Amino acid sequence: MASRAGSAAASPEGLGVALAQARPIPLEADFAAAPGEVLALVGPSGSGKSSVLRCIAGLARPTRGRVHIDGTAWLDTEAGIDIPPHRRAVGMVFQSYALFPHLSALANVAAALSHLAAATRRSRAAELLALVHLEGLEERRPAALSGGQQQRVAVARALARDPAVLLLDEPFSAVDKATRQRLYRELAAMRQRLAMPVVLVTHDLDEALMLADRLCLLHHGRTLQTGRPIEVINHPASVQAARLVGQQNLFAATVVEHRPDRGLTLLDWHDRVIEAAPAPAFAPGARVAWMIPPAKVVLHRRDRPSRGEAENPVPGTVIRHLVLGDSTLTTMAVCGADDLALTFTVPVHVAERNRLAVGAGVTVSLLAAAIHVMPADFRGLD
Amino acid sequence: MDWQALWLSLRLGLVTVALLLPLGVWAARRLAHHRMRAKGLIEALIALPLVLPPTVVGYYLLVAFGNASPLGGLWQAVFGHPLAFTFDGLVVASVIINLPFAIQPMVRAFEAIPAEVREAAACCGMTPWQALWRVELPLAWPGVLTAMVLSFAHTIGEFGVMLMVGGNVPGETATVSIAIYDRVQAFDSAAAGRMSALLLAFSLATMALTYGFSRRIGRRLA
Repeated sequence: MASRAGSAAASPEGLGVALAQARPIPLEADFAAAPGEVLALVGPSGSGKSSVLRCIAGLARPTRGRVHIDGTAWLDTEAGIDIPPHRRAVGMVFQSYALFPHLSALANVAAALSHLAAATRRSRAAELLALVHLEGLEERRPAALSGGQQQRVAVARALARDPAVLLLDEPFSAVDKATRQRLYRELAAMRQRLAMPVVLVTHDLDEALMLADRLCLLHHGRTLQTGRPIEVINHPASVQAARLVGQQNLFAATVVEHRPDRGLTLLDWHDRVIEAAPAPAFAPGARVAWMIPPAKVVLHRRDRPSRGEAENPVPGTVIRHLVLGDSTLTTMAVCGADDLALTFTVPVHVAERNRLAVGAGVTVSLLAAAIHVMPADFRGLD
Repeated sequence: MDWQALWLSLRLGLVTVALLLPLGVWAARRLAHHRMRAKGLIEALIALPLVLPPTVVGYYLLVAFGNASPLGGLWQAVFGHPLAFTFDGLVVASVIINLPFAIQPMVRAFEAIPAEVREAAACCGMTPWQALWRVELPLAWPGVLTAMVLSFAHTIGEFGVMLMVGGNVPGETATVSIAIYDRVQAFDSAAAGRMSALLLAFSLATMALTYGFSRRIGRRLA
């Protein structure tokens, strides 16, 4: 813990967080966020995302831990430092927005402006409401605003304090899909102007992909992996992380050999040798896990064979076929190994042209560069 | 009409409410917002005067007010006069028997404020004191006002406990409800009738106000 906490506190710029506790919910979190960076805390319900955010804001106190911002300690349990929330410069957008129901939109924002002279508060609050496109609604109470409008008041109020860190607790979960898409675009546009670190709590990977610079994967209160969202999703560090980011094509195999000349590692997968992205960390003969994103499983066309078909061809039979709007999600049982199921996705027109249906025989190619090898630790997984 | 008794009752009611307001807000916020192991026991103790016979409450208060008890002895030492059969004794008794009327509506009102709204106040930079004045009390005031009105009305109407701890000392402890009893005993039903009618009208107005405010709490947080 001490060394981990040290790593988070080492960078004087931005936010450093290291938390540990056993109760009421277990936490073992360690991450940092640079100024202007959006860090998405992602995990399933009950993974401790909100608890981490509350510890940063000072609304909850972990048994042990440190929270540093730009070199200043907000929390350091070893040194006995615990700055109360009203003295931490945080901007927090709550999941329920938590607007003050008795105050107008303008007064809600002005309530966070006590650091300014009383005379300038109204004009600054109006400016902030204009920033979130709420001109003309200043005098409305929260009950008279739509969900999306309430969310914008909450964002304006969170920014009013000139916070050193902006905390967003599932801020898009309570609005309809169309509003959400619009709010995504607005936040993406606004974040160019935000100089402070932003921590976004979400359980939605697409949201993290769209808005975050980095993604921090949280499970049972532990930070499993931190990295660029696309990196974490396509190259999870463990089987557990792969499951959490929704990877379905997860299998066990044995390393055959490394072929640096071809930039490949060869795996023995149920007596089938497949080519994978280089994984020199694993010795030949080692048991490993591997995964491939559904989009990197390429369906062979019935009418016209193409060039990529020499790459890891796998024949099988379709056992499930779902149409999801513009694309389909298809699962096939691998020939000769019925318990192995490969899931892939193709556009609907491709599925139709190739007459994909349950029971149909198909062949797919597994793109070698997308096959990611991980330690074979399947323990503790459902 | 016994104006002296009426004035005494009003004075007692106002002093009781003035003491119960800060005490009640403090206790109600603690009960509403903090997890306490003994919460059930504390709430039961506060509610006790609702179910005990006034004579039982009065008897124990009288014992506690006596110069032989720590409270009574301390009061005598500090203020130079006893608690029993004095206006001060009535005030102490009145505060205790009004705890349920003051605290229960306030607890409900503070409980109705979502935890996230209180936390948002802190995240906006408000000190706990500022959060109380600018967020919690503006949201809870119908409940607080209801509590004050109920306590005031109940103080004016209380009879048994007042008679037990105060006796019937004119100008000191003889409240209007005791004066009515006194008039009936003296076969002066005209005076008893006038004072009873006054208390009836007063109580009706109080309850009407209280129910009106209770409805407002729900509307404000909707």
